[in-house]
Amino acid sequence: MTPDINKLNQNKTPTLCSISSLLLFPNTSVSEGNTKANHLFLFFSFSQHLAMFAEENGLRGDPRLQAISQAIRVVPHFPKQGIMFQDITTLLLDHKAFKDTVDIFVDRYRDMHISVVAGIEARGFMFGPAIALGIGAKFVPLRKPRKLPGEVISEKYALEYGTDCLELHVGAVQPGERAIVIDDLVATGGTLSAGVKLLERVGAEVVECACVIGVPEVKGQCRLIGKPLYVLVEPRQADKCC
Amino acid sequence: MSAYKDQDPRLHGIKTKIRVVPDFPKSGIMFQDITTLLLDPKAFKDTIDLFVERYKGKNISVVAGIEARGFIFGPPIALAIGAKFVPLRKPKKLPGKVISQEYILEYGRDCLEMHVGAVEPGERALVVDDLIATGGTLCAAMDLLERVGAEVVECACVIELPELKGRERLNGKPLYVLVEYIEI
Repeated sequence: MTPDINKLNQNKTPTLCSISSLLLFPNTSVSEGNTKANHLFLFFSFSQHLAMFAEENGLRGDPRLQAISQAIRVVPHFPKQGIMFQDITTLLLDHKAFKDTVDIFVDRYRDMHISVVAGIEARGFMFGPAIALGIGAKFVPLRKPRKLPGEVISEKYALEYGTDCLELHVGAVQPGERAIVIDDLVATGGTLSAGVKLLERVGAEVVECACVIGVPEVKGQCRLIGKPLYVLVEPRQADKCC
Repeated sequence: MSAYKDQDPRLHGIKTKIRVVPDFPKSGIMFQDITTLLLDPKAFKDTIDLFVERYKGKNISVVAGIEARGFIFGPPIALAIGAKFVPLRKPKKLPGKVISQEYILEYGRDCLEMHVGAVEPGERALVVDDLIATGGTLCAAMDLLERVGAEVVECACVIELPELKGRERLNGKPLYVLVEYIEI
């Protein structure tokens, strides 16, 4: 509607915000309406594309986060040169840290009327079921192709080289159910995004995506997922030993 | 040992929630689909509770789960009994140093891997999977744990297919299952 707002961002939200701001705030000049529209745009985009790290969202100074971070092992150059692989299997060996990880997510989602916890194969299976049990929700596995035995729907997503695919059982999730998607780590958000799309295709409302680890870049990349993202810790660069 | 024979009232609810999918992954196989069990929070909780009640207080420090459906049942059991969870994975998934155990399939071979250092000698361990068929995968899992000096206390599965005689293949190791599936 106005060039100034459209320069802020490339997507359609500014236009909606421009119109709604002028409806909400009549008797404003076009330029005042532009400013209010900017604020509304930031609010809408902020809430929809929000990447929340636990430390900055209610758990500042929580000693459990430090222990969780330290329990994750960094394996350099896996699966290939240059990648510092965040290995959560060492977290699973630390009963207290593993329990704390699950408890933090359960505390967050317990009162949000979530009836579906969807976990992405395979490391999402290590966290999702315990969270589902903790909040009284069903657990729904999102799997690689040809693993689920019944009728499925599929969603492709991009890899660095090529594509992959996630599947969901038809009938596992009903329209209107409130869902979260769980994985161990989020980097580009491509896999989470495929999981979100599967759930939305069957009419579920994806409330949030949740991961133990999130690269700091997700703060700017949430647009791909299109849903709020809650993350416990950032990746570490390297272990000091050896 | 099969819990079903003991007639715990929760078992009926669990058994009826397991969906049987004919001819998957190939003709003649009646696939036992536990995903429908996971859709019923009470039945899923009952499943975990039955294992936890059996293993709590038995000084078990390791729950090893077999990829991938063992990852669904193993961690909640481990968390409830105060044990660590150790994933036993297909090749090239675990990032650190591993030991490998091959096992025979109907056609060909496969392999399970475990991280070196995940389990210490003398630790008491469970092996968890959704189902035991021929017992080949469970045997490979037990081998991995015994090779690092752990004591496998029991194998625990939701479902047993007794006609495939997996129980005998375990070489005397105890097996505990919640339900049996017998083709009529």
